[in-house]
Amino acid sequence: MSETVISVEGLGKKYRLGVIGTGRLSQDLNQWWAKIRGKEDPFETIEPGSSSHSKYGDFWALQDLDFEVKEGEVLGIIGKNGAGKSTLLKILSRVTTPTSGMVKVKGRIASLLEVGTGFHPELTGRENIFLNGAILGMTKAEIRKKIDEIISFSGVEKHIDTPVKRYSSGMHVRLAFAVAAHLEPEILIVDEVLAVGDAEFQKKCLGKMNQVSREGRTILFVSHNMGAVQALCSRAILLKSGKLFTDGPTYETIATYSQIAYNKTKAELVCGHREGEAENYGVRITAVRVLDQNDRVCNIFNDADDFYVEIEYLTQQEGNHLTSNIQLFTESGVLVLSTGNWASTTLNMDVYSDRVLPVGIYRSRVKFPGYFLNEGGYYINAIINREASTSIIFIEEAVTFTIVDSGNMRKEYTDHIGGVVRPKFEWNTEPIGQININSY
Amino acid sequence: MAHLLLRIYGIMPIKYGKNYLQIDQQKKMKNWTLVIKPKTSWFDLHLHDLWTYRDLLLMFVKRDFISVYKQTILGPLWFVVQPLLTTFMFIVVFDKVANIPTDSAPPALFYLSGLVIWNYFSSCLNKTSVTFTANAGIFGKVYFPRLIMPLSNVVSALIGFGIQLGLLLMLIGYFHWFMDVNIQLNVYLVFIPFLLLLVAALGLGFGIIISSLTTKYKDLVHLVSFGTQLLMYATPVIYPLSFFEGKYRIFILANPLTPIIEVFRYSLLGVGEFNIWYLFYSVLFTLLSLFAGVLLFNRVEKSFMDVV
Repeated sequence: MSETVISVEGLGKKYRLGVIGTGRLSQDLNQWWAKIRGKEDPFETIEPGSSSHSKYGDFWALQDLDFEVKEGEVLGIIGKNGAGKSTLLKILSRVTTPTSGMVKVKGRIASLLEVGTGFHPELTGRENIFLNGAILGMTKAEIRKKIDEIISFSGVEKHIDTPVKRYSSGMHVRLAFAVAAHLEPEILIVDEVLAVGDAEFQKKCLGKMNQVSREGRTILFVSHNMGAVQALCSRAILLKSGKLFTDGPTYETIATYSQIAYNKTKAELVCGHREGEAENYGVRITAVRVLDQNDRVCNIFNDADDFYVEIEYLTQQEGNHLTSNIQLFTESGVLVLSTGNWASTTLNMDVYSDRVLPVGIYRSRVKFPGYFLNEGGYYINAIINREASTSIIFIEEAVTFTIVDSGNMRKEYTDHIGGVVRPKFEWNTEPIGQININSY
Repeated sequence: MAHLLLRIYGIMPIKYGKNYLQIDQQKKMKNWTLVIKPKTSWFDLHLHDLWTYRDLLLMFVKRDFISVYKQTILGPLWFVVQPLLTTFMFIVVFDKVANIPTDSAPPALFYLSGLVIWNYFSSCLNKTSVTFTANAGIFGKVYFPRLIMPLSNVVSALIGFGIQLGLLLMLIGYFHWFMDVNIQLNVYLVFIPFLLLLVAALGLGFGIIISSLTTKYKDLVHLVSFGTQLLMYATPVIYPLSFFEGKYRIFILANPLTPIIEVFRYSLLGVGEFNIWYLFYSVLFTLLSLFAGVLLFNRVEKSFMDVV
């Protein structure tokens, strides 16, 4: 079993809300004098409503955090804005100190809280590599050994002796990341670096990080890009309001995250009376769900996964001839498809479709095959039709789900794959004749 | 490209296990290299870190030098222009108009020698006194021993000092050979590096005390800018210590820079007073302020990101 390299024990960080220190010596002395005499703080009640708050309003950005990281592990840290991710990283990178608890670390930590820190616009790219490397804790000799590698990784060879103030923002970031990527610390903290740069460079970064982790070094990776977290991390922790909410395999943590993070991202909709009811016919949708192959409610899928969408509905009145159907939209609102269980539109024979249903509760489920949708977010409208063509219930954005690029289709071509769907098709190439080269 | 892909999406070893939360089990091991704790004592200075980051100090010095003089016409010559013009002004105002004595040294040498030391002190003080406020951005992102920053300021200021000292020596040579002024270079020249160290330490000490306090009390910034101007008049730059006899002398002597400048002049020009006890006072004062400064700085650097 590999060794623990980071041990976080009962970590907490408290910030005070509102203005406490007045920032002026005279006022501070006054406050101090008043406190000694047991009088009221003369500067406390300037605004009656807010100032009483500020006196007692402590805000715990992190509280009772416990976790460990093993050597060589790539740990994803996810959570909404304000969940405490940045505070945690700041403590780990020693930019700020904790209020309680402690962190024990084995090995050198380097952080890429924001790449390019300390870049000086007047210095050339080469000079900045040395400066930035030194800020990040490298010695001059170490940098000199790696400078060629860094320059070629950054891809700005031509401009390396130009002051960085003439660089485009992309070049700036590439150079900065190149320095950071060659740090070779035992523990690397990465925060949102992948938000910048073009697709190819992002892939390069991911590749570098993966290589680093393969070399037995540990990475803490904070990102809002679930695809990247999924691709890189074996384990992820989810922070919520400064506390550890989930700790486990990335897949599960991300699923939990999308449930709590976005109210809009819902894998399951359980309908109340008003929402899913068609009063006249006594028909009601009770639930809409997205499920994985194991019948678990889930809304993050690899592009290779089959998944299911189901509509649960009941009819309390005899004589309803019902069909269930759904519309699938991309998150930007492009209608991908509509599908329903009319006999002529299904692959199989759905026994309870397109007929008068006895009173009861039903579940219609449609299977989407793997390798069908492109990566991205999708939402589904759930619809119940009566007499084949009249929509009697319509629930807009009933459920949403996300398709994550698993990399299964990216073994050769790495760039962006456009389009709404991304199916695998049959391709055939054959020679159809010979040509004489000389005739061209 | 393909090999990159394999790296990206290749088999990721799955390393989580059921027991990663069992902290107790891990208690036995451990030679942790770093323990991050809430509060540490005043004397936990981790000064050895400074040595690890010595290359950074040099990089900062280089950066300061390059960045200040890029896209200027005169470049480092500015280090020469400023003291020359100031010396000229001093000669006009304090020598010709006010008739303040210069201990029988040529006024140009007298003023310039005072200015060289004074300039070094004031540039150390001014730069280090804004350490926290000027570097909040970088301090908020990366950890390195914060003391590197003011130290690098003190070292960068040495460049200016060196150039100005060179200027002074050339002027001394000029006066010696062409103006036939008898200048007695003497054995006390060996004190100069020591004096330099003293000035640097004094500027650093005061600077980091002020910078530590300015994180909370921003008023001090104003105080420093005109305070240093005023302090120059309480330092024997434009007058010799011998100018003051009687009861005011003690005030001038209370200034720890006074003995330093006097000894500096004594060793180069052979004028002024050399009193070992005065110098001893300076050393003591400097050590105390440096010590207090480092303690305070160390205290503030841990929490300042939440205050500034």
